[in-house]
Amino acid sequence: MKKDEDFDSNLAGGEDENNLTGEAKERWFRRLRKGILTSTADKKETPEGLWSKCPECNYICTTTELKENLFVCPKCNYHHRIGSEDYFEIIFDNKDFTVHYDNIRSKDFLGFTDLKPYQKRLDEIHAKTDLKDSMRVASGNVHGQGLVVAAMDFEFIGGSLGSVMGEKFSRAVDYCIEHKLPYLVISKSGGARMMESAFSLMQLAKTSGKLSQLSDAGLPFISLLTDPTFGGISASFGMLGDLNIAEPGALIGFAGPRVIKETIKKDLPPGFQRSEFLLDHGFLDFIVDRKVLRDKLAQIITLFKG
Amino acid sequence: MPQYPNRQFLDFEQPIKTLYEEIDKLKQTSEKSKIDMSDSIQKLEDAIVDKRRDITASLTPWQRVQLSRHPDRPYTLKYIGKMTNEFMELHGDRNFKDDKAMVGGFAKLDGETIMFIGQQKGINTKMRQQRNFGMANPEGYRKALRLMKLAEKFNKPIVTLIDTPGAYPGLEAEERGQGEAIARNIYEMVRLKVPVICVIIGEGASGGALGIGVGDKVLMMENAWYTVISPENCSTILWRSWDKKEVAAEQMKLTARDMKGFGLIDEIVPEPIGGAHWDYDESANNLKNSILNALREIRNTDPHKRVEERIEKFSKMGFWEEE
Repeated sequence: MKKDEDFDSNLAGGEDENNLTGEAKERWFRRLRKGILTSTADKKETPEGLWSKCPECNYICTTTELKENLFVCPKCNYHHRIGSEDYFEIIFDNKDFTVHYDNIRSKDFLGFTDLKPYQKRLDEIHAKTDLKDSMRVASGNVHGQGLVVAAMDFEFIGGSLGSVMGEKFSRAVDYCIEHKLPYLVISKSGGARMMESAFSLMQLAKTSGKLSQLSDAGLPFISLLTDPTFGGISASFGMLGDLNIAEPGALIGFAGPRVIKETIKKDLPPGFQRSEFLLDHGFLDFIVDRKVLRDKLAQIITLFKG
Repeated sequence: MPQYPNRQFLDFEQPIKTLYEEIDKLKQTSEKSKIDMSDSIQKLEDAIVDKRRDITASLTPWQRVQLSRHPDRPYTLKYIGKMTNEFMELHGDRNFKDDKAMVGGFAKLDGETIMFIGQQKGINTKMRQQRNFGMANPEGYRKALRLMKLAEKFNKPIVTLIDTPGAYPGLEAEERGQGEAIARNIYEMVRLKVPVICVIIGEGASGGALGIGVGDKVLMMENAWYTVISPENCSTILWRSWDKKEVAAEQMKLTARDMKGFGLIDEIVPEPIGGAHWDYDESANNLKNSILNALREIRNTDPHKRVEERIEKFSKMGFWEEE
């Protein structure tokens, strides 16, 4: 069974230490129990990432198979977390798209230091990944119709909303207005980026202001919520779609489950804050499987146009 | 404001309490021995004012956070009561219920009808619970929006008074869409055609504050704080411990002076020496003057232009570098 995740720790830009613990320990002990006798020096290396295990049902398949299946578990339909590049490839015709505003980077304006200086944190991620920040914007076609997509990367400080995401979001809106294109935002974020303090909070107002302009231009805004979407995202553009849609089983909410549990001092009911729960309470238009996402988007665009 | 001995003192205010106690002793002695000690008492009273000044001069960010939560600090309804006439409180979101953590209604400020809206904290244990410690539920934000739309319909300016440790993180709040309620407010506030003035009078934490915090002018009381999360929660998440709240408060640069320096707020409203809790009349008077000044600056702008300028104001907020 999938272990409950502490979303907040992702916002701390955690080096996966939290996610590792449970499973890593388990494997380590299993190895002891089974009495593996091969010395480490003689160990045969398996190419990393060849196999993938579903965190929901433990089904094991090759990563190629998983990728072909759009990172959805072939057995239980669990939607693995994927990044902006994967979404762009899934959505756009012939995997053909243009990335915009990738020259904008975060910087430490406040001189913020928690367990690590913010600038150092940024430098490390920039060195480790190709990502400049937690959101990327691209334009292309879906079934021949133009669309601008802004998608988040959770591995960049928990997909947190800071000045750069706010600015990219805004420029994407300007691009939509200039080229009369619909706007899709794919959210996957723990919330606001605390290292940017009040500046990150103001991005909620900044992005909402831009959505107001998009609305006045009569262009559709589709908000796709994926696992997980919390805090400042759901308290701004995440919930402001002309259509709010979500992937199945995604955790979506304002306050994180840990905080709520500590506040009310009660266990949370099963399915709480999942996509299906939000649909049931009237905050989503529908849930969309990743496999039909492309077709659905094309259909939405046609419906709004026609 | 409460008079000694009903005043409450924070840890760094203890020297003031000691002075009050000395005055008490002198008064008793004076009564017993029938000796006039008014000179000595006056000196001590002056010393109290000096002490108040000393304390405010060297406050750490965390101490300002403490001041913003001072149990004697004036809250929204206190300010409305002191600044305005004919306040008519309006209740309910017309959908679910009346959230006591969010209050609002029309009042006359300097003869003009204004819609006042704000989070309200309780003044004693029972009231604090009833007001949910100033943490609104979705219906609170929806009530605020209803009142804002009402003001817009009748072309009345809106003043919001912000004082919240955050929106309520409860199970039912999630069921009723806490995120959506705040998002909707932010979006609609951007578009309001009437002048909007927002003032952080105490605590300004996160979306819970911004949910009534988008305006043409944003003001902050001198000892208020405003940022994306409370220092305690920031400490828990980033430092993985509760004890770094002082460091978190420092790192987040959440004071009024910081916020003004960043251009994220427009003006600081001065508080009486020692903090707003020392003189409610002076606090309210300062606030009233600042609100009237801010209103004067924006009231004659064309409504459409005002909305454009409001969007522009928030669009400029942020820092990044371009390669």
